[in-house]
Amino acid sequence: MAEKELLKGNYAIAEAAVRAGCECYFGYPITPQTEIGEYLSQRMYDLGRGYVCAESELAAINMVLGAASTGAKAMTSSSSCAVALMQEALSYACSDEVPVVLVNVMRAGPGLGYIYPAQGDYTQAVYGGGNGDYKMIVLAPSTVQECIDLTYKAFYLSQKYRNPTMVLADGLLGQMMEPAVFSKYPYPEIDNSNWALTGAKGREGRKICSVAPSEEKQIEHINNLFKKYELIAENETEWEEIGTEDADIVLVAFGSMTRNIKAAAKVLRGQGLKVGMFRPITLSPFPSGRLNELSNHVKKFVVVEMNMGQMVNDVKLAVNGKTDVELINRSVGQWLSVEEIVDGVNKFIPAGVN
Amino acid sequence: MQVFKIPDSMKKGFKYTFCPGCDHGIAVRLVAELLDEMNLKEKSILVASIGCSVFLYDFLDVDSIEAPHGRAMAEATGVKRARPDKFVFTYQGDGDFASIGLAESTHAALRGENLSGICINNTTYGMTGGQHGPTTLIGQKTTTSPMGRFAETYGYPIKIAEHIALCKGTAYSARVALDTVAHINQAKKALKKAFQVQLDGLGYGFVEILSTCPTNWKMTPDQAHERVKNEMIPEFPLGVFKDVTENIDKV
Repeated sequence: MAEKELLKGNYAIAEAAVRAGCECYFGYPITPQTEIGEYLSQRMYDLGRGYVCAESELAAINMVLGAASTGAKAMTSSSSCAVALMQEALSYACSDEVPVVLVNVMRAGPGLGYIYPAQGDYTQAVYGGGNGDYKMIVLAPSTVQECIDLTYKAFYLSQKYRNPTMVLADGLLGQMMEPAVFSKYPYPEIDNSNWALTGAKGREGRKICSVAPSEEKQIEHINNLFKKYELIAENETEWEEIGTEDADIVLVAFGSMTRNIKAAAKVLRGQGLKVGMFRPITLSPFPSGRLNELSNHVKKFVVVEMNMGQMVNDVKLAVNGKTDVELINRSVGQWLSVEEIVDGVNKFIPAGVN
Repeated sequence: MQVFKIPDSMKKGFKYTFCPGCDHGIAVRLVAELLDEMNLKEKSILVASIGCSVFLYDFLDVDSIEAPHGRAMAEATGVKRARPDKFVFTYQGDGDFASIGLAESTHAALRGENLSGICINNTTYGMTGGQHGPTTLIGQKTTTSPMGRFAETYGYPIKIAEHIALCKGTAYSARVALDTVAHINQAKKALKKAFQVQLDGLGYGFVEILSTCPTNWKMTPDQAHERVKNEMIPEFPLGVFKDVTENIDKV
């Protein structure tokens, strides 16, 4: 039985990658995720696995694309403004169906944005900053334990669906310490012998590329990608909800803000309000269906996020006008406190109600 | 007597889509002949680039992946680090290798990656219709330097093979041309060396190939080869700029 250890989020992600069987890590330093590359530089060397201090984030993500095209489990990690540099390769990797794993420990933006934590890359991650129609799988941990569990899952899902998968953490989570356990990697290994580049021995050469030889084939290729995305949504959409059965108000957050809406929901319950919480674990695919079901009895969703209002748009799309959707937010920096959330929710309640 | 045979490493029934008189066809054939002769086809992974050079994966019967523009050497690094037992090579144009991809190309050489790089230098962006590029010669007219390249505004062309030779991790760097039979034979020798240094684990093997682009140069194939001889070779001299092996084959 594995013991609980006091772990920093970034180290938890790095060691989880090792235990998930990551064969190659390529990275370039950027705060607040640099510990991932620092840790792996020694660990991967000791294990005789691949590690390159890449010359840029452009190079790093393309090294991952190359390594993963051979069927190897490969990963890079970075943060916001540097993940922006990787968007071209992610578009390629989605079209090429290469199982890239990418960790984004978000910092402030736009631009350089400094190193305050933030959640401003929701849209970049979920809708993609690259060209064309594509979708990544995006997993959002809220605790150091989930940094481990969802890093495991990112490797598994990326291989299972041959699709780039991102762990979307934030500077708060990357830098904080809390007890967590390294359980054994719980997923089966995926056989990739039918597509990986291994040398054309006893078969014709394989070609991994995003260019189809005709308009018809290109359309067919994109349609097939989107059939896959539907399948992923059907099989893998994941969320957490507490106290939603009788809730009039449901707080919605992702990532480490989940911690504060859980606490705020308890406080508000203590004040006699019927408040629940909901948090997508997969941001892509987004649990729209469940939010829509909840909107049959929930009177108000309050989205709490550290950006100018990004996930709130997906919640609005999910409930499709059936229920009010409000936003409590701050752009970057100090996380919205439990008190701020409680006060914010109370402001949305008309006088005399309750 | 059989005097010519299509190499086994070429795809069955392939048809070149290069313009008439373009030297890409010769370069691809040399690569294919060497894959046959060195018995590399079954262990090869090709990283293709963007531009006319991308079509290599339609002609060679090897495992291949396309790289985003300029990123071929980064992808090749990933492939080789994951599968060190494979023979990994790139085939890029001068714009891909030395303009948008110069950082990746240089750092792969500095790290001494066991990779082989082939760069086709035709002094222009061929696929997009003949624009000014990193190797465009002073005075050369292109669609984006219609008055001819002049240094005050456009700067100077890069000498790629010499640049790569300066990197300590480079095992072999040479420049060759395809304008005469003698030069073609030398080119094949250079490519063989660039492949062999990878197989021997000596580091980065690189060959820059001076090549024609008759369509965008607005020349006949013969005129284009005359230009290689009279204008390109004086600016981009042929030769071996680095060779860490003991017996240097003078190209």
